Amino acid sequence: MLQLKDIKKSFTQPDGTELPILDIAEFNVAPAEQMVLVGRSGGGKTTLLHVIAGISRPDAGKVRIDDWEITLFSEAECDRFRAERIGYVFQTFNLLPGFSALENVLLAMRFTRGRPDKARARQLLERVGLGHRTTHKPTMLSVGEQQRVAVARALANQPKLLLADEPTANVDSGHQQQVLDLIRQTCAEEDVALVLVTHTPEVAGQFERVDHLEEINQVVTGT
Amino acid sequence: MSLWKIAWRSIQQRALASTLTAVSMGLGVALVVAVLVVHTVVDRSFRRGGEGYDLIVGHKGGRLELVLNTVYYLSQPIGNIPESYRNDLLEGRVDPEILVETAIPICMGHSYRGFRVVGTVPELFEKLRYRDGQQYRFAQGENFKAENHFEGVIGATVARETRLKVGDRFKARHGVGEGAVDHAEEFTVVGILEHTGTPNDRALFVNMEGFFAIHSHASDGAGHDDEAHEQAVAGDRGEHHADDELAHDLHDHGPPSRSVTALLVCLDQSTPGITWRLEREINDGPVAQAVVPAGVIANLFEGIVGNVQLILLIMAVLIVVVAGLGVMVSIYNSMSDRRHEIAVMRALGASRLVVMLVILLESILLSLGGGLLGLLLGHGLIGALSPLILKHTGVAVGMLHFQTVELLLIPGLVILASAVGYLPALAAYRTDVARSLTSTP
Repeated sequence: MLQLKDIKKSFTQPDGTELPILDIAEFNVAPAEQMVLVGRSGGGKTTLLHVIAGISRPDAGKVRIDDWEITLFSEAECDRFRAERIGYVFQTFNLLPGFSALENVLLAMRFTRGRPDKARARQLLERVGLGHRTTHKPTMLSVGEQQRVAVARALANQPKLLLADEPTANVDSGHQQQVLDLIRQTCAEEDVALVLVTHTPEVAGQFERVDHLEEINQVVTGT
Repeated sequence: MSLWKIAWRSIQQRALASTLTAVSMGLGVALVVAVLVVHTVVDRSFRRGGEGYDLIVGHKGGRLELVLNTVYYLSQPIGNIPESYRNDLLEGRVDPEILVETAIPICMGHSYRGFRVVGTVPELFEKLRYRDGQQYRFAQGENFKAENHFEGVIGATVARETRLKVGDRFKARHGVGEGAVDHAEEFTVVGILEHTGTPNDRALFVNMEGFFAIHSHASDGAGHDDEAHEQAVAGDRGEHHADDELAHDLHDHGPPSRSVTALLVCLDQSTPGITWRLEREINDGPVAQAVVPAGVIANLFEGIVGNVQLILLIMAVLIVVVAGLGVMVSIYNSMSDRRHEIAVMRALGASRLVVMLVILLESILLSLGGGLLGLLLGHGLIGALSPLILKHTGVAVGMLHFQTVELLLIPGLVILASAVGYLPALAAYRTDVARSLTSTP
């Protein structure tokens, strides 16, 4: 369902020179497949997720999700596509502080063509074990709870692809497995393909498919 | 979840800054409301002075001076007209086809402790009306009688400031200001008018016969013969010099007929355009000039007071604009903190236009919220001050006294908010999502 072909991405440095970040000949993920992408910090993992999500445009190459080649989309089309078909879980959760847990989930539904489905938002929060904390603002939730809200938000629009960028990195060790299980379980229940980025071997070791970015990315960077 | 709610949440998140911004906008709007109400009060109290009669007939000369002198008791009388002209009007000798219902004589030239003493007839308070057809009423006592030459009634302001009561006596002073001389004769206060909100509150009205009589006695001291002074005129060519000129006239040309400063004329309005016709005929004649007070007052108001009001309104609007700039600064300053939030919304699928719209809505909410606060504040103040305004001007304004022009505040504030919100909205539009997401929130 996800196909990347000849992706190149570089950034312009302050001195004007180009810094290559990504040079990926091919990268594919099957429908409902759960895979993990490991790599060193600064190796381009987040940039790759941004390119897949349409947040950043590649300098060259094609990104195809299902039958849609999103690299041909306009920016507005890309935004809409991302809202409706791609879920994103951030390392730092990125919940909006002024909104309750329920509103954070509803917010993600606001940017699709359909009307926000409050019942589904509540159902998702119940599924992640936060049915009793829907009105709580992020500052009133524990770190683990915040990440669970972020997972519920990412699944709000029934995406076909979930991108998770180091989702356990900021969660205390006691809750890391809980968050990871939650993501994998909900993706399995909703037939969502999962691309999870991590640099933690313990996390990577739980997946059948583990891709090393250094192996698929021909640009040698990172620390 | 609507975009309005997203914008509202953002405002709530910065509650203190948002409140202060809205309050500054509210103060500006309250000032606009206050200026608009002041405009109404001044306009009404100004125009009210000339209500109750159709024409002022006086000496030929400046139209404005005649109105200022007769309606507002300001400035110097420009001269007198023969009292007999009153009968000419009433008996149809000026225009037989026009029915003059009333012609009230007004004589000026005297004062009492700075307030004008007006010689007139009792019919002034019986036949003329003020403020939308109201009849003059007496708070104390009653109207003076035609046969009692040394009776008078006083306006509410005069009563309050001079502490004259019914039964008290006062001496009219010849002229106004320095050099004025008290007459020996005393007038008795027989009535105190209720507050009218018109210039009449600031005047003393005495029987015209007594007014002529004190003129006559004052002139006795100058050594003129009694018969001539029995027929003395009041206020001839200016207040203070009236007697001197009168004496000069008497000396050179013999006794003049009695004359008055002005006539307040009411017409039978059953024939359309009759006021303008009589005005033209009087003005074409050699004796007097006629003015329609409403027209002159409107010109005066628009020409002088109206400009002051306009300047006040412009200043108030400028304050609102400055408050609008405050909204812009407040939102713009918050943008650096919110760049990450905006990037998160973009990552969730919000388009550039949507995040731009959220910022604009935030600006509109702050401005409209401030505007609503200003309206409440402005009208609350008006409500609180309304008894005071009524007491001093006679104009009744209540807390719910809204003006149509206030409706313009709503679209005006939306336009202002959109304009001042544009710059921060543009910053939101240009947010680099990838860079902002990777930066620390």
